[in-house]
Amino acid sequence: MSADIKQSPITKNTITIDGQEIPFLAGQTIMDAALAAGVYIPHLCHRQGFTPHGSCKLCVVDIASRSASACTMPAVAGQQISNNTPALNEARKTITQMLFIEGNHICPSCEKCGDCTLQAMAYHLGMLDGHFPQFFQRREVDASHPTVMLDRDRCILCELCVRASREVDGKNVFAIAGRGINAHLVVNSASGKLVDSDLETSDMAAHICPVGAILIKEHGYEVPIGQRTFDLHQVSEIGLEKTILTKVRQPDE
Amino acid sequence: MDSNTANTIGLLRSIIAEAYAESPHLLHVLYALQRQFLHISDEAVREVAAHLDLPLSQVDAVVEFYSFFHKIPRGRYDILFSNCTSCGYMAGGVDLMAMLGRRLDIVAGNTRGDGLVSMDQTSCIGMCDHGAALLVNGMPIVSLDAAMIDRIAALVEAETPLEDWPAEWFQVDDNIRVSGMLLKDDLSTGIGLSTMLALDAAGTLSEIIQSGLRGRGGAGFSTGMKWQFCREAQGAARYVVCNADEGEPGTFKDRVLLHSHADSLFEGMAVCAFAVGAKQGYLYLRGEYRYLLPHLQSVLARRRGLGLLGVDILDQPGFNFDIDIVVGAGAYICGEESALIESLEGKRGIPRTRPPFPVTHGYLGQPTVVNNVETFIAATHIVLRGSAWFRAVGTEKSAGSKILSISGDCAAPGIYEYPFGVTIRQVLDDCGAKDAQAVQIGGPSGTLIGSAEFDRRLGFDDLSTGGSLMVFSQARDMLAVIVNFAHFFAHESCGFCTPCRVGTVLLKNGLDKIAGGHGTRYDLDEMQRLATLVKSRSHCGLGQTAANPILDGLQRFPQAFEQRLVHRDFEPHFDLDAALEEARQISHRDDAAAHIE
Ligand SMILES: Cc1cc2nc3c(=O)[nH]c(=O)nc-3n(C[C@H](O)[C@H](O)[C@H](O)COP(=O)(O)O)c2cc1C
Ligand code: SF4
Ligand code: SF4
Ligand code: FES
Ligand code: FES
Repeated sequence: MSADIKQSPITKNTITIDGQEIPFLAGQTIMDAALAAGVYIPHLCHRQGFTPHGSCKLCVVDIASRSASACTMPAVAGQQISNNTPALNEARKTITQMLFIEGNHICPSCEKCGDCTLQAMAYHLGMLDGHFPQFFQRREVDASHPTVMLDRDRCILCELCVRASREVDGKNVFAIAGRGINAHLVVNSASGKLVDSDLETSDMAAHICPVGAILIKEHGYEVPIGQRTFDLHQVSEIGLEKTILTKVRQPDE
Repeated sequence: MDSNTANTIGLLRSIIAEAYAESPHLLHVLYALQRQFLHISDEAVREVAAHLDLPLSQVDAVVEFYSFFHKIPRGRYDILFSNCTSCGYMAGGVDLMAMLGRRLDIVAGNTRGDGLVSMDQTSCIGMCDHGAALLVNGMPIVSLDAAMIDRIAALVEAETPLEDWPAEWFQVDDNIRVSGMLLKDDLSTGIGLSTMLALDAAGTLSEIIQSGLRGRGGAGFSTGMKWQFCREAQGAARYVVCNADEGEPGTFKDRVLLHSHADSLFEGMAVCAFAVGAKQGYLYLRGEYRYLLPHLQSVLARRRGLGLLGVDILDQPGFNFDIDIVVGAGAYICGEESALIESLEGKRGIPRTRPPFPVTHGYLGQPTVVNNVETFIAATHIVLRGSAWFRAVGTEKSAGSKILSISGDCAAPGIYEYPFGVTIRQVLDDCGAKDAQAVQIGGPSGTLIGSAEFDRRLGFDDLSTGGSLMVFSQARDMLAVIVNFAHFFAHESCGFCTPCRVGTVLLKNGLDKIAGGHGTRYDLDEMQRLATLVKSRSHCGLGQTAANPILDGLQRFPQAFEQRLVHRDFEPHFDLDAALEEARQISHRDDAAAHIE
């Protein structure tokens, strides 16, 4: 992709999403182009400025009836893309249900409730229940760190914390280990505990989690239910990530 | 630090240093530790990370990814039964694993309290033409039967060293039944390379393109084009990788080729290296075939001695190329070319996002050709005999021949080489499959066909296969076969993307429910809906094919599912009797009163 950027830094071209023509710059993905044009494509593991990951598959779109992940697929002139269709949103709803039932999400007792992107996605897609039988997996909680809490029950394996630590904080605190349904988040320290890692409260990795898996201690329920991010905003609002991040770091703002 | 700990650390360090000096690949170092200590402890992980200068979390993540690495000690005899429909522990109709478990008083998945023996099941080990098979400390034992199980139990209890077990048990045969253009003649060593030098790189490339050779690993991409893209890509170095991961259940032709045609394979890799300008090659050998390693190493050594590998090959100045072997550790996904490259790089085998493709961004980010064993061997023959010779065999779209691994319900399982275009009926006649009701072509990830389709033909435009062809007779319960495949995919999913990670488990659970007699029409519809989603929305070829057996089965063998349904609209997933299993195990009970029906 970087080669493309070098080749034609100023080429401007267009793709079509649900009939709407959208410009893109060489090197952009479909997601980049869509968000820049104010078109929402659902996403959980994508974050502007981070290396695209392509794992959650919320951003699936159809390009001339072939499935693709918008966050990793390079925009190519003339692509005819379906995005906001009943069939795609149905697939996304099922994928969201999968994320719910493989973990242990008890929203009413979760501090992230109302600020949680997974929960907001469920509302956005009209998801009313987990639909599938719960997996009830046993997952480890790590409360060892003085200021940061890690509850793997709620982890959706999006690797945003992994990337934030590497790409923004210049550390390498998190990784995913294991295979298949046993995949889980691990901490890069001799004991495997957060307390022995070099994670600090000010790290981006401590704040980026879209769900309630990584939380800052002693700041619970500072914003009352009813005034939380998704009480006031739709998940489909573009640029909301920035608002959330500012809010998580400075709740009074 | 007390002296005991100091000793352990000292031993760890010396084993790590020694293994690293042999081969700097993480998988190799971890294998040495697993072998020595029967597990990879947290201290070992720390020492490896320090010695190889890797993040602790990366080493940890790799240990937990591969089936043959363990954090909890295995037994001094580690026994792994294949669970494939052809070479699995149920292949003869009796549960041989349960039988051995009773003899040794051990439950599958566990290590016995005295540390003597551990037992588990593992995905297909590629012995499908030999009946039920297992690996003991990595060595295959084939053609298992009940009598052998008794003897194995006795040998284990007596702690008899493996060298003193009956040698014939370890005898793995080639079983070549039909030879075609590739298997018929054994090329004399070096003849392909010397012919190639006369052609030069451009000429070689053009012969390969002209030949119409397409990849034999399953996807069928033009080999010549792949080599050309790699040659044209920008890069500091180029690599040639042979995919000998052969993990698709029912496939064993690469095992035979590695055993009996290794020279032609290494020659093909050198031909490719010359054509694309690579200096280094890798053979990625599946862990299940580790027993072939000494043989392959000796072939490489002999070729170095003959000037066919190394510096200035065949006295051609600047033609430098050598091959290292990296052995996998039990992960089907590492057959997917980009996951294979990740694994070579010492990471978990997670398929990369494409584009970019390996031909431009492969091993260490450099242009890389990945080809199947058979593809390289075909290339050697093409260079020698010319593209016209190759094109003369097969069909318009599918030139040449295909080497099949045939197993299952037939009189003569083994290796069959046919020109592309052969009908399934012909193949079934030749292998003595008298009452086939179904054939699985290309393994579980391929296509399941019924007898109405036996006139279909083998080829990239009809029935494509990486080499697996499994026959199922009228006596087979097709639902059991499909359930087996669903378990395989759930076990082998890499876990990267949601549809495959969660979807393959939901499919497995749903099929278990139906096979257990608790399924309803609603469950069948759910299977169809889920299978379609997993197929269309997964990240890589594993997820995209994992639901094929279910979708093919629902279409072609609906009665296999329907006859098991309960005629209610809905049955809960929760099974009271199954929930008591743990309690039964703890209390060592399995009598009628310990069950609820
Ligand atoms: C899950 C999965 C497993 C695969 N396993 C193998 C394998 O064991 N051997 C192989 O040659 N190709 C395998 N492939 C195909 C490879 O990705 C790749 O296409 C092939 O190695 C290219 O070589 P070829 O062009 O010579 O066929 C697999 C693909 C997938 C998606
Ligand atoms: S992380 Fe989100 S979805 Fe999970 S329990 Fe908390 S609020 Fe609910
Ligand atoms: S902890 Fe949060 S950010 Fe990290 S992988 Fe899990 S869900 Fe994603
Ligand atoms: S947002 Fe594209 S896969 Fe997660
Ligand atoms: S690609 Fe491995 S889980 Fe989907």
